[in-house]
Amino acid sequence: MMEVCGSTNVSLREFGCEQTLLSRPDGSASFVQGDTSVIAAVYGPAEVKVSKEIYDRATLEVLIQPKVGLPSVRERSQEQCVRETCEASLLLTLHPRSSLTLVLQLIHDDGSRLACFLNAACMALMDAGLPMSCLFCGVTCAINADSEIITDPTAAQEKESRALMTFAIDSKEQRVMMSYTKGSFSVHELQQCIAVSQKASENIFQFYRDSVRRRYSKNL
Amino acid sequence: MAAGFKIAEPLEYHRSFLKENCRPDGRELSEFRTTTLNIGSISTADGSALVKVGNTTVMCGIKVELTNPLVEAPGKGFIVPNVDLPPLCSSRFRPGPPGEQAQAASQFIADVIESSEVIQTEDLCIERGKLCWVLYCDMMCVDYDGNVLDACIIALLAALKNTKLPEVTINKDTGAPEVNLEKRKGLNIRKHPVGASFCVFDDSILIVDPTAEEEGLSTSHLTVVTDEKERLCVVHKPGGTPLSAEKLQECIGRATARQREIQKLVDKVIHSVKTAQ
Repeated sequence: MMEVCGSTNVSLREFGCEQTLLSRPDGSASFVQGDTSVIAAVYGPAEVKVSKEIYDRATLEVLIQPKVGLPSVRERSQEQCVRETCEASLLLTLHPRSSLTLVLQLIHDDGSRLACFLNAACMALMDAGLPMSCLFCGVTCAINADSEIITDPTAAQEKESRALMTFAIDSKEQRVMMSYTKGSFSVHELQQCIAVSQKASENIFQFYRDSVRRRYSKNL
Repeated sequence: MAAGFKIAEPLEYHRSFLKENCRPDGRELSEFRTTTLNIGSISTADGSALVKVGNTTVMCGIKVELTNPLVEAPGKGFIVPNVDLPPLCSSRFRPGPPGEQAQAASQFIADVIESSEVIQTEDLCIERGKLCWVLYCDMMCVDYDGNVLDACIIALLAALKNTKLPEVTINKDTGAPEVNLEKRKGLNIRKHPVGASFCVFDDSILIVDPTAEEEGLSTSHLTVVTDEKERLCVVHKPGGTPLSAEKLQECIGRATARQREIQKLVDKVIHSVKTAQ
């Protein structure tokens, strides 16, 4: 499925998603992008520790668990990115003085992991039925040595790339909510990557819609 | 009256200024605070710098040590950045292990070093597979008034330019390294990355170089790091409200202008230190 994309058509790896696969959390989802796989679980709104209480909105806590070992500095920085993206799309003011916990467990990493975290997080929040102002999705773009833009790269493609960018795109106006970049690039390349990501986000939101529709058609 | 208004309704207080295109501290929306730089302030470190951006103060000290390179990267040295936000700098930080913000800042600085290639780790190798340098870059915030990331990058850049590595020769008979502390030479600084931070108020108003208060009230943050060739090294936006393409372009333009200003400042300070010696 993995192809190098031109500027017009965008190719993503095979996506997969399953919601409500865990019984204990209030919302859960697994998200698969090619060989990259993440499980997300949402707990809440629940009681909050007094030290973390915010008087006019819910406190969101994001925990990222790597495949092996303890979360490191890299996970902390990704937690911050996921948390602030979720905070912007969730209507936290509807649950003041309560806590929301989002746990993301990496199952397998084959590139585009931050994008996969974001997608899994959005599906889990949707499954938990939390009120949101918009949905969001994560897209990773890699620029390789030949200045070609590859969307949703594998770990091998990420290693060979000279620049790597991950964006979170909102579903309302397809604007950039979060951006995380590595490597140096020109302004023009940044704009191209944003445009490609916006295009890719349409496919991802369509995938969201299809998988939710499939799930509810089964239940009814 | 104004003081009461500020405490009771901080957001309204700021909005009333922004409506008039100015900010409570008298700055315009796209104006940075006064930046001052002092180089070589810690005599015991191998390189150091103190930066003040308005009230925000960051100190950077660089310590060099000899070590063995990794087997998988025999020709490379190491750069280990660490950002410390101690309880001294603001009431928002508690003592104990570093919090999320400090860890995220450390990762951000590591990303800046790697992406901009300010120093190539190959330059830190002394003998392939046997001996290399490790640079411990410790940045400590002394006074927290917003925009620590920008201040950290300036402090790091200035401290790296100030760092002098002692000469090392390897004794042919024993194989032991011999360090000549008298003879030192500077690092090879390949790029000059400089950051510019922005905040978005009410999803639409863009301000540069936010103070701690403005950071807390804004809905989104953005940091753009550029080098002297106008290439982008890092475009870091950790979530928050979405930003349009035009606004992003505006930020990049302001960041490149800031890069030139700061590079000039760093060069000027280094030159003045040299002439004083």
